[in-house]
Amino acid sequence: MKSLKNNQLYRLILCRFAETVREPEVLFWGIIFPVLISIGLGLAFTQNNESKFNILCVGTQGTELDSLLTIYGEKSEKKGKETFIWKVEDATLGNTTYHFIHSDWDNAIISLKRGESDIIVTDSLSKIGYHFDPNNAQAQLAYMKLSALVQSPTRIHSAQPQISPLTLKGVRYIDFFIPGLIAFGLMSSLLWGISYTIIECRSQRLLRRLIASPMRKSNYLIAIMFVRIVMNVAEALILLFFAWLLFDVYIQGSIGAFALLFVAGNVAFTGVAVLLSCRTSKTESGTGLINLVQMPMMLLSGIFFSYHNFPEWSIGAIKLLPLTALADGFRAIFNEGAGWLQVATPTAALFVLGAVCFVAGMRWFKWQ
Amino acid sequence: MIEVKNVYKSFKDVHAVRGISFSVRQGEFVALLGPNGAGKTTLVEMMEGLRKPDSGDIFIQGKSWKKSEKELRQIIGLSLQETRFPEKLKVREVLRLFASFFKLGTERVDEVIALVGLENKRQSLTKNLSGGQRQRLALATALLNRPQILFLDEPTTGLDPHSRFDLWNILQELKSKGDTTLLLTTHYMEEAQSLCDHIIIIDEGVIIKGGSLNELLDDQSHNLDELFIRLTGKTLTDNSNQVLK
Ligand SMILES: Nc1ncnc2c1ncn2[C@@H]1O[C@H](COP(=O)(O)OP(=O)(O)O)[C@@H](O)[C@H]1O
Ligand SMILES: [Mg+2]
Repeated sequence: MKSLKNNQLYRLILCRFAETVREPEVLFWGIIFPVLISIGLGLAFTQNNESKFNILCVGTQGTELDSLLTIYGEKSEKKGKETFIWKVEDATLGNTTYHFIHSDWDNAIISLKRGESDIIVTDSLSKIGYHFDPNNAQAQLAYMKLSALVQSPTRIHSAQPQISPLTLKGVRYIDFFIPGLIAFGLMSSLLWGISYTIIECRSQRLLRRLIASPMRKSNYLIAIMFVRIVMNVAEALILLFFAWLLFDVYIQGSIGAFALLFVAGNVAFTGVAVLLSCRTSKTESGTGLINLVQMPMMLLSGIFFSYHNFPEWSIGAIKLLPLTALADGFRAIFNEGAGWLQVATPTAALFVLGAVCFVAGMRWFKWQ
Repeated sequence: MIEVKNVYKSFKDVHAVRGISFSVRQGEFVALLGPNGAGKTTLVEMMEGLRKPDSGDIFIQGKSWKKSEKELRQIIGLSLQETRFPEKLKVREVLRLFASFFKLGTERVDEVIALVGLENKRQSLTKNLSGGQRQRLALATALLNRPQILFLDEPTTGLDPHSRFDLWNILQELKSKGDTTLLLTTHYMEEAQSLCDHIIIIDEGVIIKGGSLNELLDDQSHNLDELFIRLTGKTLTDNSNQVLK
């Protein structure tokens, strides 16, 4: 017992742990923030969606549209401008509210540029014209809904029998999001937790002080990695618990395969983190390096939205990113009931990546 | 005890240490005195085995760093010119950590805490320590393993006179026990003068003069200040004041 208490690895781990929990930011960003963001996004995407469109009417006074508005719309004021609000109820697709605002062409364009409105409607010779950017999905949706509505203003009110809603577990947005969030949390916690700690230790010359004593270098690194990985397990468990409690998200596939892939992810990003921090002694350039690795993956790896919307040629490359492999693997286990075999490739690849990066990082590691 | 033989070290185009040789006897207190940029830190870090000389040899108790690093790490103690200990650790935690590197326990930790007078700060986070307390903590980490040789790089730079005096007292006490050999660098005359038996004056990477205070001073120079001006044509204190502010 006494020998354990004076053991240097044990002491290094204790100190690392104390430093971590005494950093309130770490606890907030690592544990509370992911839970909050998943609750926020989860609620946003599971509520029966209410969509709202802002439509600018230019020169439509006394036309067909105007007469529809006087029947179905409700007149009100918005920022001193006359506005008609037309609510359409729809049991399956959710309710839609259209705000019609009268304007002149120049102001309408400005409003569109600012993103205040979605489309502009004009009327020439009682033919309605729609003006919008065809690449803007929201504007396109507004156009399709509105043009259908104007053609048959009364039909859409009731539930539409040809649509059968899918609310199975695994196809909701939250099912897509939670596994991705676990993967992303794991990556950022390791990159910041390990790289930044090492770089800061080097920049404060503490690393040099440590190796000037009979400390084993491997113990120093093991302590940092061990504490980080323990924190990651805690973070993931907390997130899983809330996801299950609030949204009934749970692992449908093999829990063992999930655990192994989780370990593989930790190994992979630990290796990357050590490689990133192996030489830098300036925290600024360290921050830059970490962002350089993290940002592209955060945007491309389909954490928040599927990467299948990206151009075809890029998808092959995106799939090679370690975060993509990890997030897709988690999703397969969570939502498709995948087991050991289905995630064997990403698991093995992540282990290899971690090992290669770690060895390279150690090779170039600058201890002073 | 320590032997430095014709040591050279350059960084790119800066020749930091240019052929320095001297030796230190057991139990001696030696000061390396010189202005900023003289090469003191570079020299001490080579003696501490943290840098390799470009050429020349350094032996500690007849052993070289290359062959006996493990052994030498056990018998030396050191504090670097600037070390910031982890802000979120407490004084006692830092010392327990460093003690564990020598397989030492709480007893020795509490002993050194008493030795440097940090008893009422043992549970303070290092970020809440004053400059003087921080230097005393650095000294405590250096003393944990009862080192035979102690290296202190500018132990009192930037401290107010009172804190500096406290630190000198701790070192005086160590000297009176006589078990420790000390090598410190400084640009304060008084520090070299009051603590050390042997003073080595360094400028621009070479030794200008070395000896005991009596040997160094003669009819032309009545104190170290005058001596330094006579030898180099510049003053020590001007440089050191710039650092203080
Ligand atoms: N890592 C380094 N890289 C480049 N130059 C250095 C480095 N360390 C010290 N020097 C240079 O070597 C010279 C001696 O520095 P140093 O040993 O720190 O002097 P001192 O400790 O006496 O103030 C200075 O000119 C300094 O700029
Ligand atoms: Mg120096």
